[in-house]
Amino acid sequence: MKRKKIFKFLLTVVLTAMVCLNLTGCGGKDSAKNENNVYVYSWGDYIDPKVLEMFEKETGIHVVLDEFDTNENMYPRVVEGAVHYDVICPSDYMIQKMINNKLLQPIDMEKLPNAKKYIGKDFFAQAESFDPGNYYAVPYCWGTVGIIYDKNVVTEPVDSWTILWDEKYKDKILMQDSARDALMIPLKIMGRSINETNEKYLEQARDMLIKQKPLVQAYVIDEAKDKLISGEASLGVIFSGEALMIMNANPNMNFVVPKEGTNFWIDGWVITKDAENVENAYKFIDFMCRPDIAVINFDYLGYSTPNTGVYELEQNEEFKNSPVAFPNPEVYKNQETYKYLGNEIDKNYNRLWMQVKVD
Amino acid sequence: MFRTVGIRNLFLAPFCIWAGIFIFVPLIFMLYYGLTTPEGEFTFGNILMIFQSEFFHSLEMSVLLALISTIVCLLLAYPLCLILVERAKSAGTIITLLFILPLWMNTLLSTMAWQTILESNGTLNQILRLLSLPDMTLINTSTAIVIGMVYNYLPYMVLPLYVALTKIDKSIIEAAKDLGANTWQTFYKVILPLSLPGAVSGITMVFIPALTTFAISALLGGGRILLIGNVIEQEFTFEYDWNLGAALSIVLMIFIVINMALTVFFENSHEEAEK
Repeated sequence: MKRKKIFKFLLTVVLTAMVCLNLTGCGGKDSAKNENNVYVYSWGDYIDPKVLEMFEKETGIHVVLDEFDTNENMYPRVVEGAVHYDVICPSDYMIQKMINNKLLQPIDMEKLPNAKKYIGKDFFAQAESFDPGNYYAVPYCWGTVGIIYDKNVVTEPVDSWTILWDEKYKDKILMQDSARDALMIPLKIMGRSINETNEKYLEQARDMLIKQKPLVQAYVIDEAKDKLISGEASLGVIFSGEALMIMNANPNMNFVVPKEGTNFWIDGWVITKDAENVENAYKFIDFMCRPDIAVINFDYLGYSTPNTGVYELEQNEEFKNSPVAFPNPEVYKNQETYKYLGNEIDKNYNRLWMQVKVD
Repeated sequence: MFRTVGIRNLFLAPFCIWAGIFIFVPLIFMLYYGLTTPEGEFTFGNILMIFQSEFFHSLEMSVLLALISTIVCLLLAYPLCLILVERAKSAGTIITLLFILPLWMNTLLSTMAWQTILESNGTLNQILRLLSLPDMTLINTSTAIVIGMVYNYLPYMVLPLYVALTKIDKSIIEAAKDLGANTWQTFYKVILPLSLPGAVSGITMVFIPALTTFAISALLGGGRILLIGNVIEQEFTFEYDWNLGAALSIVLMIFIVINMALTVFFENSHEEAEK
C-alpha cells in the first residue's frame, strides 16, 4: 500500500506541475480562488446555457460547469478528486454506486422548496429503487429506451424488440454502444429483468446479440441522432429525449416503447460528500427545479421532465400533445430502473459486451 | 573545453526535462500499473489477460489490419516515388507537397470526411448511383478501417522512400542499364536494395500507428470492430481498470519494440554490407 501512496504522490506532483504550467498560460480568471462558485459536473449539453446566465445574474454565484459523456467516465474523476465538484447529475445505477461508495451527502429537502413543490411524487417513488428513502437525489430528467423507425421503410407495426433481429432490415439497424443498454434488450425479450445477474441468462443474451451482429449497421451513442435524421439508418434503439429531437427534424420517424418492457431511467442532481460550496449547491439545484427554468431546459433538451409545473408553461403545442415528450408516467409504472449490481457483475456485463463486439 | 561541454549540456537540458516528464515518467507509471494489482501488489496477471479470447482476438485483428495497410501503403508508395524521382525536381517537389498537405489537417477531421464518403448514402455511393452501378457497403467494415489507415499513414511511407530513392546515384542505374539489365532487373537488383532502408523506416512508421490507432477504428468501424487500441481506451476511460489498460499497452509495446529492433538490425546489416 505504501508504494502505491508514493506513486500517487509522484503522479500528483507531475500532474500539478503540468496543470500549473497550463494555468500560467491562460492566466487569472479560473485560477484565482473565487469564493462564490458552484462546481457542477453534468452530462454534455444537458443545461441550456441561458439558464446558467440567469442563475449567475440572480444569485451572483458563478457556475463552473464541466461535462461528461458517460457515467463511467464521470465516476473515476470524482473518485480521484482532481476537481472538487459540488453538484453532479449522474443516472440511477451510478447514483446507487456513489451512495454505496460513500461519495454523496444526504440532501435536506427543506432547503429545496421548489423541488418539494414541483418534482412529481411518482418520480421520487421510482427513484427509491436506487436511492431508498430519497435521501440523496433530486430527479432532473427521465425517459425510456425504445425503438425509433422510419415509417416509409418499416411498414409493419412495430411493438416488439424482436424486430431488431429481422433479416429484412440488415444494415439499417443501430444499436446502443453500452453494455447495459445492449444486453437489456435480449434480456427483456427472454422475459428477464434488466438487472439480471444470473450468468446463464446473461450468456444467452450475449449469444443473441452475437447472432444479431451481422444485421447491425453500427453500435453508436451520440452519432445515432445524426444517422437517423439523415436517413443513413432507419431503425434503431434510442433514448426517448433524442427520439423527440429526431422526430422533430425528420417527421417520417416514429418512436415506440416495445411491449416486452424497457429501462425507465432517471438522472438526478446529487451533492458530493466533500462539496465545498454546499449552500450554493442547494441554491443551484433549487433553481433548476423552478418551473420557469425547467421549461427552458426542457425546450432545449427534449428530455421528459419530472417537474409538474412545466406542462402549463410549455408553449410548443406539438410538444404538449406528444406522448414522447409528456408521457403518462402511469404507463411506465411497471418498468424497471437500472440498479447498481456491484463491481463483479458490472465487470461481467462489460466482458460479455466486449465479446459481442470482437466477435 | 570543460566550459564548452558544460554549455552544451545546458542546451540539452530542455530536451532532458521534456523527455523525463513526458516519456520517462509516464513509462514508469505504465509499467507500475501494468505489473500491479489495484491493491499495489506485484503481478503478471494483467499481462496474461491478453490471452483471454476477447483481448487476443482484438490484438489479432489489429495486427492483421495494420499489416494489410502497411502492405497497401508500400505497394502504392513505390511506383509513386519511382515516378517522382524521375520527374524534374520542381514537379517532384510539388507532388510531394501535395502528399504532405493532408498531414496538416487533423486526423480526426480527415477521418470524419471519409465517414461521409463511405456511408451508405455517402458521396461514393451517390457517384455509383449516378453511373447506374450497384452500391458498395464499406462503412463500418474492416475495409473502411484499412482505407482510413492507408489514407492517414501513406505520407509516412512516401517521404522516407522518396528520400532514399533520390539519394541513389543516377549513374549506378545508368551503369546497370549499360551492362544489359532490363527495367525489371534494374529495379530488382539495384533500386530495390538501395532504397530498402527507406522502405524499412516507412514500414515502421506506418505499421506502428496503424497497430495502435483507436480513433480511425472508432470512426470508420462503427463500434463493430474493436481493435486493441479501442480496448485499451475503454479500459482506461470506461471501465476504470488502469492496471489492465496499462498491461495491454505493455503488450502492445512489446510488438513495437520487436518492430524497431528488426529495423535497427536490418539497418546495421545493411550498412555493413555497404562497407
